[in-house]
Amino acid sequence: MTRQYAYYPGCSAMGSSIEYDISTRALCKSLGVELVDIPDWNCCGSTPAHASDHLLSASLVARNLAIAESMDVEGIITPCPSCLKNLKTTSLRMQRKGFHEKVEHIVERPVRADLPIRSVLQTVIEHCSPEAIAEHVSKPLKGLKVVPYYGCIMNRPPDVMTFDDPENPTSLDRLMQALGAEVLPFPHKVDCCGASLGLVRRELVTRLSGRILDTAASLGADAIVTACPMCQMNLDLRQNQINRANGTQHRMPIFYYTQLAGLALGQHESCLRMDKLCVSPARALQQVGAPAQEEPAR
Amino acid sequence: MNIGVFVCHCGSNIAGTVDTEKVAEAARSFPDVAFATDTMYACSEPGQAGIIDAIKDYGLDGIVVASCTPRMHEATFRKTLERAGLNKYLFEMANIREHVSWIGKDKELNTNKAAELVQMAVAKLRNNTELHAGEFEINKRVMVIGGGVAGIQAALDCADGGLQVILVERESTIGGKMAKLDKTFPTVDCSSCILGPRMVDVAQHPNITLYAMSEVESVNGFVGNFDVSIRKKATYVDWEACTGCGQCMEKCPSKKAEDRFNEGVGTTTAINIPFPQAIPKKAVINANACIMLSKGKCGACAKLCPTQAIRFEQQDEIVQEQVGAIIAATGYDLFDHTLYGEYGGGRYPDVITSIQYERLLSASGPTGGHIKRPSDGREPKNIVFIQCVGSRDPSVNRPYCSGFCCMYTAKQAILTKDHIPDSQSHVFYMDIRSPGKLYDEFTRRAMEEYGARYIRGRVSTIQPRDGYYVVKGADTIMGSQVEVKADLVVLAVGAEASKGAGALAEKLRISYDGYGFFMEGHPKLKPVETNTAGVYLAGSCQGPKDIPASVAQGSAAASKVQALFSKDKLASDPQVSSVAIQRCVGCAKCESTCPFGAIEMTEFRGMPKASVVETVCQGCGVCAVTCPQGAIQLQHFTDNQILAEVNALCPY
Amino acid sequence: MPTPSATHRFDEDFLKEVQQGSEQNLTRCYQCGNCTAGCPLSFAYDIPVNRLMRLLQAGEKHAVLSSKAIWLCASCETCTTRCPNEIDVARIMDVLRHMARREGLVAEPPVRHMWDAFLSSVEKYGRVFEAGMMANFVRRTGRFWTDADLAPVAIGKGKLGLRPHAIKHPDEVQRIFARFRDQR
Repeated sequence: MTRQYAYYPGCSAMGSSIEYDISTRALCKSLGVELVDIPDWNCCGSTPAHASDHLLSASLVARNLAIAESMDVEGIITPCPSCLKNLKTTSLRMQRKGFHEKVEHIVERPVRADLPIRSVLQTVIEHCSPEAIAEHVSKPLKGLKVVPYYGCIMNRPPDVMTFDDPENPTSLDRLMQALGAEVLPFPHKVDCCGASLGLVRRELVTRLSGRILDTAASLGADAIVTACPMCQMNLDLRQNQINRANGTQHRMPIFYYTQLAGLALGQHESCLRMDKLCVSPARALQQVGAPAQEEPAR
Repeated sequence: MNIGVFVCHCGSNIAGTVDTEKVAEAARSFPDVAFATDTMYACSEPGQAGIIDAIKDYGLDGIVVASCTPRMHEATFRKTLERAGLNKYLFEMANIREHVSWIGKDKELNTNKAAELVQMAVAKLRNNTELHAGEFEINKRVMVIGGGVAGIQAALDCADGGLQVILVERESTIGGKMAKLDKTFPTVDCSSCILGPRMVDVAQHPNITLYAMSEVESVNGFVGNFDVSIRKKATYVDWEACTGCGQCMEKCPSKKAEDRFNEGVGTTTAINIPFPQAIPKKAVINANACIMLSKGKCGACAKLCPTQAIRFEQQDEIVQEQVGAIIAATGYDLFDHTLYGEYGGGRYPDVITSIQYERLLSASGPTGGHIKRPSDGREPKNIVFIQCVGSRDPSVNRPYCSGFCCMYTAKQAILTKDHIPDSQSHVFYMDIRSPGKLYDEFTRRAMEEYGARYIRGRVSTIQPRDGYYVVKGADTIMGSQVEVKADLVVLAVGAEASKGAGALAEKLRISYDGYGFFMEGHPKLKPVETNTAGVYLAGSCQGPKDIPASVAQGSAAASKVQALFSKDKLASDPQVSSVAIQRCVGCAKCESTCPFGAIEMTEFRGMPKASVVETVCQGCGVCAVTCPQGAIQLQHFTDNQILAEVNALCPY
Repeated sequence: MPTPSATHRFDEDFLKEVQQGSEQNLTRCYQCGNCTAGCPLSFAYDIPVNRLMRLLQAGEKHAVLSSKAIWLCASCETCTTRCPNEIDVARIMDVLRHMARREGLVAEPPVRHMWDAFLSSVEKYGRVFEAGMMANFVRRTGRFWTDADLAPVAIGKGKLGLRPHAIKHPDEVQRIFARFRDQR
């Protein structure tokens, strides 16, 4: 059964998390979750907007809500937790009449703010349970030890994000187990990686993200699996910076869960774009008997 | 009638927003009012004396007092009338405090409303009749529900006072939570050493009948005449034959049964005696864990029991007991810490509760009094105690303070140092609550003499790392985040209502609050009574409290029962329904609508007629509303009396 | 910091403004420190977050709005999720940032510049053009060495587009910004 959702990719999908976008689309297609991009969607403003003004943030979001509301869809889904938080928070705040009017005035469109808004992960898990996905696995990830890193805002605050447990979420765990991977208990599931502060204060990210890498490595993980473009970037693109700052030698691949899911479901590399990962996933993929990717010199 | 009206100032409580003199003046114009005055404090001695004098001086035969709520002083003024020689039901109150002065500030409006309420009261009083209380017998036996320290105290006090006591305990042994403690604050007395002799006294007292492993099934009747069904749960052992020798425990092959007494630290055998000083010291079989009862095989205990006491076919048994009073002493349970996901949600084996730690500390506990980490059995060196887990926390619906956790944490920190001299304890606290005698000195000892490091701040999260735990808290006085490495973390879990408290309250027909704690009659002045005659409270079932307070309440409840039983008969309340036989057509609608089963159908000259069982009637008035003939009337609230009030208020 | 005064320097209007803007009741805070305990950036703060809440309760406007801490907050929501009194601390931190801006008290300018660079890219193109945003940030701060080591990797992986792609109707987004500024 196919379900149609308004898809909000988020700005990083165009650039720094392009592999997340590609693999998300591929996974959704194979599971019967039909994505229709919100036409001409604009940036939700992420942290810079809500940290500058709540009305501005809501207005940037509301334009997208209004466009989506004219589509014939079950709801809006997005792969990025920050976009998700902004979309949901705005939707909730617009239940207040005074605020609703102010936002509509700025956006110059009617906005109902009544569409359900969910993450891709939640939609995938609810549409097709991990057990059902397991039945379609053709290349089980047997032998791969992963730690699931959810990131700080995907499930918090719980009364806004309303999905998984805010302290010990298990949706990624269950999904990875269904795909055949060994999921290691990870104490830093919801600890912050440092977010966008890396740009202005690198030592904050190297410390926070460094701790995540250190713990994952000490647990014997082959890889970290994430569902957030910011976390993935901090752990992957900045892994060298982290190593230099902390005197470590991590070579920990940071997968998006959609990439691993696509791999297990037998999708082609063009759907996974493992080549986009900065830290080579070759060794980890060899654990599951997947062919190593061509690596450009680092 | 010659009615006297007294309008109370209640200091400035009423007089602040009501012109009481004007109200008295208005009252003088009401029909049959012979005397009206305002008075400073009607309920005070001079105030009451004033009423009695007026009755004598003016030949008054009915009194209206306009003052506070009848719940406050109706009983007081009724006694005043009796002292003056009048029937106490020739009295009405107008509530011009809670219903007037406390809810509005406009003096003119208030004064008018007060005058109208007085007018209504006068109108009713003119239609009142004398009522006379009946008498009924009291069964001078008392039931104590709950065998913890409060229940034990109550039972012993009643029994020593010559009363027959039925003690009903849900577990297979009495002793409650106190029996699980290793030592008690602030004296560091051994808990079972001080409680044990009391428990033995209960077992041996000729006046006490102990039903252990039993629960109250239903309660019928009323004060002085309760009829209680008790369910004696199947133990699968004949307790008459069982000597408590414990051989069955040694040979039982099923060793993974839930160990309730030891709070889940380790497991126990399917047949077991909870602890060496258990009273009664009899074996009980956990049916879920027993191989014979669940699968039909084994039966080792039956084969080797020296007195052949095993009875696999045993069933629950219901027994009846009649008592005149009931004391509820059902204690408390501890907060489920797994709700705190940030502390592991129950997944971390070395993050345990305070009561589990007590069992580790106890020499008769599962580790013989050696503190061991549940994960690997090693002795911990760094122990972190976290206070206020499930207390003072609105986010888990426990905003209240449990009152004893600061004290027991200090005790546990002290004991830890005794057990493991090279250990280091840290205690994360928000405040230290140590109000009792020698309590604050005790907590200071933990810090000053036993080296416990107290850090003022909450703990945000506990994370396992390399076989130990990182406790991330705050030191708010220093103004900083704090990380402490811990081998073992003890959560000072808060108290909550005992499981099943609400259901028992409903059987006893007493009130309970949103947390399940039983409601006392008055939060200040009636801590051990309820609003249900004949049912009393003792101990933590009324609210979390420490041992001295529980014991005090046990004795207090016992004294209430003694007072109740000091008379041979009790007066019944005449404010019950009554049937005018000539009007009754015998339709029996009242019988079927009475919620208390207080109406019976009888025969009068061959015709069916309704009849009220006065001792059961609660005076709710549903029958009076139901009766199509108006034949059944609630005395003191008859149709005519109430309509008189309505007519006084709405004359047009 | 000069001695706080519970009567003279207590800026009641400030407290009211924060409570209104965040819709939080600060009297509920009993200073347990849970927020500080769980804050991942607390080690970098000049004033830990529970102390900021205390200063708020004391109406110490200047101390709060001129802190660096509010700019180093990652908006990770740990404080909000774990507060026993269910105070949305993260939202209060947002409101403090809003107010600090308005008062011209930005103690960590690079953070503000990063956000402004981001928003100006959004205003221009409708979405974030990452390379353009970086250039804007460098221009504002003079920190031209920022993440220079990442650029070749990112470009090599095709993750850093060097040409902006505006949405079809960037003017709609520009109007949002303009109308927002007008109503302020």
